Amino acid sequence: MASNAASTVIPANQAPKLNYLNNGHTLRSWLLTTDHKRIALLYLISVSIFFFLGGFFAMLIRLELLTPEGDLLQADTYNKVFTMHGMIMVFFFLIPVVPAVLGNFLVPLMVGAKDLAFPRINLLSWYLYVIAGVLFLHCMLNGGVDTGWTFYTPYSTVGSNTNVIEAGLAVFIAGFSSIFTGLNFIVTVHRMRAPGLTWDRLPLFIWANYATALIMILGTPVVAITIVLVAVERLFHLGIFDPRLGGDPILFQHLFWFYSHPAVYIMILPSMGVISELITCFSRKRVFGYKFVALSSIAIAVIGFLVWAHHMFVAGISLYAAMIFSFLTFFVGVPSAVKVFNWTATLYRGSITYATPMLYAFGFMGLFTIGGLTGLFLATLGIDVHVTDTYFVVAHFHYVMVGGVLMGFLGGMHFWWPKISGRMYPEGWAKLSALLVFVGFNLTFFPQFILGYVGMPRRYWQYPPEFQVLNVLSTAGSSVLAVGYLLPMIYLLWSLKYGPIATDNPWNAAGLEWKTSSPPPTFNFDETPVVTWEAYNYDEIPDVPLEAPVAR
Amino acid sequence: MAGQVDALYIYLLLVSGAMTAIIFLAVTVLAIKYRRVPGREAHQIEGSTILELSWSIIPFFVMLTFFIWGAVIYFQERTPPADATEVYVVAKQWMWKIEHMEGQREINELHVPTGQNVKLIMTSQDVIHSFFVPAFRIKQDVLPGRYTTLWFKATVPGRYHLFCAEYCGTNHSGMGGDIVVMEPQDYAQWMAGGATAPLQDTGKQLFAALGCATCHRSDVQGRGPSLAGLYNTDVLLEDGRTVKADENYVRESILNPTAKIVKGFKPVMPTFQGIVSDEQLNALVAYVKSLAQPPPGTAGLQNQPATSPGQPQNTQVQ
Repeated sequence: MASNAASTVIPANQAPKLNYLNNGHTLRSWLLTTDHKRIALLYLISVSIFFFLGGFFAMLIRLELLTPEGDLLQADTYNKVFTMHGMIMVFFFLIPVVPAVLGNFLVPLMVGAKDLAFPRINLLSWYLYVIAGVLFLHCMLNGGVDTGWTFYTPYSTVGSNTNVIEAGLAVFIAGFSSIFTGLNFIVTVHRMRAPGLTWDRLPLFIWANYATALIMILGTPVVAITIVLVAVERLFHLGIFDPRLGGDPILFQHLFWFYSHPAVYIMILPSMGVISELITCFSRKRVFGYKFVALSSIAIAVIGFLVWAHHMFVAGISLYAAMIFSFLTFFVGVPSAVKVFNWTATLYRGSITYATPMLYAFGFMGLFTIGGLTGLFLATLGIDVHVTDTYFVVAHFHYVMVGGVLMGFLGGMHFWWPKISGRMYPEGWAKLSALLVFVGFNLTFFPQFILGYVGMPRRYWQYPPEFQVLNVLSTAGSSVLAVGYLLPMIYLLWSLKYGPIATDNPWNAAGLEWKTSSPPPTFNFDETPVVTWEAYNYDEIPDVPLEAPVAR
Repeated sequence: MAGQVDALYIYLLLVSGAMTAIIFLAVTVLAIKYRRVPGREAHQIEGSTILELSWSIIPFFVMLTFFIWGAVIYFQERTPPADATEVYVVAKQWMWKIEHMEGQREINELHVPTGQNVKLIMTSQDVIHSFFVPAFRIKQDVLPGRYTTLWFKATVPGRYHLFCAEYCGTNHSGMGGDIVVMEPQDYAQWMAGGATAPLQDTGKQLFAALGCATCHRSDVQGRGPSLAGLYNTDVLLEDGRTVKADENYVRESILNPTAKIVKGFKPVMPTFQGIVSDEQLNALVAYVKSLAQPPPGTAGLQNQPATSPGQPQNTQVQ
């Protein structure tokens, strides 16, 4: 029926089916929408703006570090640039990118619901994000902030004379946007699943976003309170963190990392969910060990709350506290490893094709494996003392937070682009971009592991000349990476007008989102679907032809 | 220490390198071997609890070896040997100020002899800094308002980078210097040139000048507890707790005397916050540490509970 009809090119004179994109064209119809799919696109536009802004600052950092002397920027400017880069990328890109864009778009579709549980709160969450973003831009144009994204005290409360409070307020507001998204996901998954869609039939992307939502709700308030305390000490000189006023600077680090370590899992878990969808679809297989993959997301979310002080092994915490936190940190390695092993096992005896989303999934596994294993180095006390606060840490968290998250995001964007836009992307360009991202990423960040072990501290504006070769390599890699990230933006925009029209299910994928039209109607399904099958029932879905599955 | 850290690092590199190779190889081989071929269908597999358990438990035990080895090194790094020479370090934006016990002072340079254990007692005048010597594989944050310590033993003469590793503002990347490791005889020569009064002598003068000695008397029991032999002993407090009299305890008792009241004494000591600089504090701490245990019988018994709390003269707390 509808799905077959859409697979042929629609004549120009025939009106296309009413869908969420053409259901209202006014600006008002977008800015006051409560449709989760439109809100996802609003988020996509806004996080992309911040991604390219953060990327611009990243390029400034790499250019400055091309030479040992501080010659491109002033020291103060450099400090502001890396702070802006960190704050924008963490709070305005990595945390919202997958949940607020792909999660927003897909959670209701995947559970067979008309929308999220609280559509207006969903819109409010986007407005809070925009308010926070505008405030942050205002702070930036007014001279910026130079505390590093970590706001460490007492530098942020008494040392810095930049706009700490405004930046903190922006992060505070962005935090509420994140809490609202998490709240919506939890209620939706509990209350709005289609008939027959039991917990053990849920797609793993839903499990991952559910676990993420738990962290958003439980962790974000802590960082919000912490930022308020920083503002209170800065404004009213109440002694909370500054020892001269009777405070304790390490208290700040405990509070900050209690959120900011789990925040790493807010970033990576949804991407892991994407990877589970991609690997099953392009292997035509059920996921190996569904229960273990699903529960590993919850395990990561729970254990992730118990490891924060591994950021503080040299901060001045007690010997025994350090040992306990080191020990607990290794526990979080287990569920992460379980995921990688299960994805690998899913490939076994599959029927594998190498469309762009699958290339991104392979890339994710590569970068996440390196990022995860180097995390074990940092969890090991004797090694951490040497490499913490060096480029080793910078490389490690970029592998996980940037390599992992962006591979998942871009893989997901390509996979669901036909559903989102109703158009196919150009496969050749897309494969090239996946390759450029993978090569560029490794070239940029792998040298930084070595740089860290030989002793280059992070957040350095100038450095001894013996570190130059590795820095030049890293800067060269970052230019490749930049092209790799720019390309998808260009050809995805191009495909909106010129891409081949997509069928309802171009990948012959399982999952409810593929059982409605592309793009979906405003309320997602013409009739509420009834689920009678397990997740990833690829044995019941006919295979697709050998060639890349584009609509002809 | 550097050798041990490197050995552990190589062990981790080997294990994680092998792990990466296995996963990369497995993904590559599987992806090629099971690529789509017309007429061949995917073979559905539910999973395997035995496999799941084994790839959860085996890696965990491998990781336990990382933990244990790493913790052993960390324990050594955090436990300065008793015979270590002490050096006081005061960090400020953006320099390292070094004070040797002999009274030698330097800025952004630390001279040490080979073969000698050196313990650094560090504090900051403003924000958090971090004392990082990559060649020795050691690092410790330096905090305002308290002491943190770090120790090392240099073996090969030469100049080694000293970096600040905790972001501290504008000139963070310029807040570096050198650890100058010298042969013992060269070091002795260097130390002989320009030496002033030993640190504890400076402290002794301050102790007298600030009037500390009027209450903390060495001959008879004054209004404050005697400080002779205090360092590194356990002190019984008014609230029943027992604390170790380390450098941080002495420092806190000068700056915030009411935080920990020794059992049997009244909270009568004024604060010296803002009156003594960090360097003067170091000298005072060095002086208090240098005070030897009094000869037995001179000033009562150690840690004996107060017989009459209203009369501190009758109590003795070390």
